[in-house]
Amino acid sequence: MATNPHADVAAYAVDALDVDEERAFEEHLASCEACREELASLREATAALAYGAVGPAPPPELKLRILDRAKAERPNVVSLPRRRSWTAPFAAAAAIAAAVAIGVGVWAATRPATNDAFTSVLAKPGAKLVPMGDRGTLALAPDGTAAIALTVPRAPAGKTYEAWVIRDGAAKRAGLFSGSTVLRIQRPVKPGSVVAVTLERSGGVDQPTSKPLAASKAVS
Amino acid sequence: MTVLTVQPPPARPSRDLARLSDEALLSLVAASDDDALAALYDRFGRVAYGLALRILRDETLAQDAVQEAFLGVWRNADRFLAERAKASTWILTLVHRRAVDLVRREDIRRGEPLERAPEPAAPTTAEDEASLGFRRRLVQEALSQLPAEQREALELGYYGGLTQSELAERLDQPLGTIKSRMFTGLSRLRDLLDQAGLEGSYP
Repeated sequence: MATNPHADVAAYAVDALDVDEERAFEEHLASCEACREELASLREATAALAYGAVGPAPPPELKLRILDRAKAERPNVVSLPRRRSWTAPFAAAAAIAAAVAIGVGVWAATRPATNDAFTSVLAKPGAKLVPMGDRGTLALAPDGTAAIALTVPRAPAGKTYEAWVIRDGAAKRAGLFSGSTVLRIQRPVKPGSVVAVTLERSGGVDQPTSKPLAASKAVS
Repeated sequence: MTVLTVQPPPARPSRDLARLSDEALLSLVAASDDDALAALYDRFGRVAYGLALRILRDETLAQDAVQEAFLGVWRNADRFLAERAKASTWILTLVHRRAVDLVRREDIRRGEPLERAPEPAAPTTAEDEASLGFRRRLVQEALSQLPAEQREALELGYYGGLTQSELAERLDQPLGTIKSRMFTGLSRLRDLLDQAGLEGSYP
């Protein structure tokens, strides 16, 4: 057992503690803010080490297998007419498509960070995440800036999704979008507000006319 | 407020996921969006596999580790949200953890101290090779600037899957020395990567 519990932070960051040491360090971590901060910053360097091991690409089937397993465990909640299938009958075509996608993905992994409104809000001190049902998540900073990440089908022709900030019974417009996306909420989200999304006619409306597809709880 | 029933629109989903941040994708994964999981795999699958292969030195086991890690992402994406890390860090941490668990279970650790990753063999585009290769060189360059005994402790621990006690035994050093080498080495690596602008540019 370490006499100085802080001393294990680097070994913990690289997963070099045995089971007992790990348990002891996690107990320490729960009560040591300094170690949590140190760990967060060492973990970034540790993750960078992963890039030092870049080698051959994984076989395309691996992606298909992971997605099949994932969907078998927890079917996608967005109800849609049949989406593209990763499984047979077109396994060969799918494998080629996946190989192409992996190629694109490698590029994506190596370009500078994709930094959207959601990440910007999350980067603020004290930011938190609030679930919006099973469709998405609200990121909210203490200063009231907010963004949502939402999984929804593309809006039909003539329609748009509209976000709302609802407080004290009054709904205020907070932005339009057309499908799964990240949207910056265009007004401050103060404590007690609910953020909701409805489907409206193109161009948006002044007040919601339909039941929300997704809504947060009142935020604190 | 008029209340209408919303029918699910009979349209294909918008698949503009490539433009979203890793964190937003992870939030969509938490909402059970498997296309978002696929997009995260496209971003990190190759790095994950390279890391797992380096640790496990067996293609089948490496695939198992990557699969388990991404299923962990799928199952626990909502938990990430509390962790205050970059999504990329969280994902690669999961991959490393899985690979290390497997290597310890299989007890196939070897750990020739300074062995390098295998050269990329699969044909991909020149652009992929250039940028991934660039990152790999930056990391290896940073590692090479560490004092040899710090680099050795980090590489045997991180890529070799050895615990610090096993390291102490293998290197015939007191445990305290190993702890200190790891801490000093990792802190210095963090600074070197910061200087190289690498860490900050991670997605």
